[in-house]
Amino acid sequence: MSVTAPAIDAIPVRAVRTSRFDPSWLLWIAIIAVLLFLVVSPFVYLVITSFQTERTGDFTLSNYATAYGRARYVEALFNSLKLGAVSALLAGVFAVPLAWAVARTNMPGRGLTRMLVLATFITPPYTGAVAWILLAGPNAGWLNRFYMMATGAEAGPFNIYSFTGLAVVIALYSFPYIFIFTTAALELVSSEMEDAANILGAGPWRTMRKVTLPLALPAILGGMIICFLEAIALFGSPAMIAIPARFNVVTTQLFQFFGNPVRVEVAAAYAMPLLGVTILLVLVQRLIVRRKGFVALTGKGGERRPILLGRWRWVVFGYAMFVAALAVFLPYIFLIQSAFAKAWGRGFALDNITWANFHFILFEHATAAQSVINSFVYGGISATVAVFLTLGVAYIVARRLIPFGGVLGFLCVAPFVIPGVVLAIGFYAAYAPPPLALYGTALIMILAFTTRFLPVGYVNASAAINSLNPEMEEAVRVLGGSRLTALRRVVAPLLKRNMMGAWLLIFIPATRELSAAIFLYGPNTKVASVMIFDMSEEGNFERLAALALVLQVLTLPLLWIGQKALGRDFMLRRNVT
Amino acid sequence: MSKLVLKNVAKRYGAFEAVADFSLELAQGEFVSLLGPSGCGKTTTLRMIAGFMPPSGGTIEMDGKQISSASGVVPPEHRRMSMIFQSYAIWPNMTVGENVGFGLQIRKLSRAEIDRRVDKILDVVQMRNLKGRYPAELSGGQQQRVALARAIVVEPEVLLLDEPLSNLDANLREEMRFEIRRLHDEFRITTVYVTHDQSEAMVTSDRIVVMNKGKIEQIDAPHVLYGRPKSRFVAGFIGRTNFVEGALQGSDVRFDGFGAPASALEGASGGGKLLYSLRPQAIGLSTQKPGGSGLAIEAEIVDRSYLGEYWDYQVRPQGGTKPLRVSTAPTAVFEVGSRVWLEIAPSAMVRVE
Repeated sequence: MSVTAPAIDAIPVRAVRTSRFDPSWLLWIAIIAVLLFLVVSPFVYLVITSFQTERTGDFTLSNYATAYGRARYVEALFNSLKLGAVSALLAGVFAVPLAWAVARTNMPGRGLTRMLVLATFITPPYTGAVAWILLAGPNAGWLNRFYMMATGAEAGPFNIYSFTGLAVVIALYSFPYIFIFTTAALELVSSEMEDAANILGAGPWRTMRKVTLPLALPAILGGMIICFLEAIALFGSPAMIAIPARFNVVTTQLFQFFGNPVRVEVAAAYAMPLLGVTILLVLVQRLIVRRKGFVALTGKGGERRPILLGRWRWVVFGYAMFVAALAVFLPYIFLIQSAFAKAWGRGFALDNITWANFHFILFEHATAAQSVINSFVYGGISATVAVFLTLGVAYIVARRLIPFGGVLGFLCVAPFVIPGVVLAIGFYAAYAPPPLALYGTALIMILAFTTRFLPVGYVNASAAINSLNPEMEEAVRVLGGSRLTALRRVVAPLLKRNMMGAWLLIFIPATRELSAAIFLYGPNTKVASVMIFDMSEEGNFERLAALALVLQVLTLPLLWIGQKALGRDFMLRRNVT
Repeated sequence: MSKLVLKNVAKRYGAFEAVADFSLELAQGEFVSLLGPSGCGKTTTLRMIAGFMPPSGGTIEMDGKQISSASGVVPPEHRRMSMIFQSYAIWPNMTVGENVGFGLQIRKLSRAEIDRRVDKILDVVQMRNLKGRYPAELSGGQQQRVALARAIVVEPEVLLLDEPLSNLDANLREEMRFEIRRLHDEFRITTVYVTHDQSEAMVTSDRIVVMNKGKIEQIDAPHVLYGRPKSRFVAGFIGRTNFVEGALQGSDVRFDGFGAPASALEGASGGGKLLYSLRPQAIGLSTQKPGGSGLAIEAEIVDRSYLGEYWDYQVRPQGGTKPLRVSTAPTAVFEVGSRVWLEIAPSAMVRVE
């Protein structure tokens, strides 16, 4: 007996027609226009402006003459390079042992260490700098006071207002980059490679020195370059520490060119070395990290067993806690003390405790509460725009929808080589003058944040799209759905998680952004980071600490959501950078 | 009128010809396989039929209307075709029911009507009880059935299958072959099926197109393809075979260790080398000299393997250098080294290029 065909009425069909015009093209054209506006135009204006006479716009080289005409301007350039190098080395000293211990050994408290690195990572560098001013200010700093108490000496040995102080503070809040790179690399080193060294007679330490670390070396160097770049591009910490210490770095010098009167042409000319060094080092970093030959970093890596450290594991744990104490425990203890203190210098006395600082910044201060709202609104809009934009571009590139789509991808990652201050100067040059006259508006802040975080969005989006089998979309189309239907019904729902992750990875740093914001904010568009910076200039550390803590506390629920949806380490993965 | 017509279709990437001069006509309701090794251009051809790729040359017509040429392509969503992909491409964000109903939704059928048709087709593929499940909860075979249901429920003009069974394990693959043929017998949808597995193609197809290096080698029904391969490639690709090379000497053709009258062999003319394909099953093996009309050749067993369903012998004709492969029933046992007689019907020798 045969199965009878079910009697199904004919389905009404659409007429077959050759359609040459695909409406999705309009979307692609719009994306190109947006990228030109966000990335290309500020960059082009930055370069052009550096060769223009103020007001008349005639070609000139005088901006460069001015920018490099004084010894102290040139000295600031070298200070930055020196600062970058010292900070990167110090960060390596903090990060590499921790990364190795967490990724490869049986050190106790590996999860705790990871958590503390994450806590470091989400602490804005300027908040760390403020905390360290409380800790290591020349006389009143807590560490100095404890030292004097313990030894009876007249003065303490620590002075944050010094080159070393600045380098340490920067290293303390940038070492997570190296940690992320190094753990990722070490997790790919197979135990068999270490076994091979062991069986030939090498002990655990020798194996680590001769086999494991060399295999992770490209990643370590790559992370250190990122730290270097972070250090030379940083504005907040140097402004808080270097200026009182009477030396300048590139970013603080740029800020002074931007002060009254604004000399954007000179600033543009002065920004060129920073831009050049960054581009160069990013290229070097890519070369190092992608270098073939380190098979361990490209293969699956095989099985991994933790190295048993024996009694040494407590020594290693001690070191991890020492780093954590410098980066997290001590700073937060004294930030909290200060935020709840009538006067932070009076210490932990009960009668020194008050809610007044929080009350002040949340309800009394004219703009503090608004600045927090601004940070979140601008960050939220920027993250949303960046996520959708980069998703669109990544899709176009991955599916080869237009010729030379790779150019769009390049534009999305290009802002990675533009330090925040330089980007801000470009935006100022491009969009502050008429006809757009965006200076001081919320829009210019949002646009600048969006551009700054495009690379993060793009790296995530393209990884997500490449994990989708194109046949999923082809199945939609062959059944009669358009490409946009495929995007709406299949691609978007499948990428929800990834998009949320990317959104958080942009939103969280965007709410702390200072280096671009400080150049672009207006009276009504102050963000929390700028507010904190202003308060530090006023020396108002109690209220500042309260505001900084509010910002941190508001981030916690987001972090929790991210960890629930995307896994505990979602912020500490390689693609964060 | 033919349902689907491919005329001189070509696809070039720079100097590389992925598909060259491909012409094929499918009758309404016909099931045709594109068979060949990987990289032979079969999937490229299928994707051109689906409209995912424009051809570099030639045209594709459906129901007499041109749908693809180098200058323009009807996009896949307007071709009223369906396709089953190698990865199944079941959407993990939709349930089985939603997956199957998707095409009907696009065709703007009412909710009740969609439900009715989805249920009906899920009955056909025996998946009705899993309608509310998500694909991640399904086995490979079940996902395959969902893909089949999703493709068939829209009653496509043409159904395209791209190596649909290659991700299944061996037993399931064999089961699904018959399932695909059963569904075709039931719905009579014009079908193009791409595979590199000859038995899959033979079980399912009315006709098979054997492709090699972007070109068509032969188009024929499965039994013709096996019995009368036209080229060395086809003879070697479909089933196992012996290639024997001979040359005309007088009224005989001399092979390695044996000869045959030229008049009994097809295509035995000309001065050059003559290549013939001789299936291992077409050779008889016995201890006594056979009395039939075929060639009787004295030979020696040089090697043998037992494969359960048959014996695979290596037998060298006396005076020859290379052994021939001979398949016999599992009960026909000959020791290595023993003297035997081969029986070959000259008509079983197929001249190939």
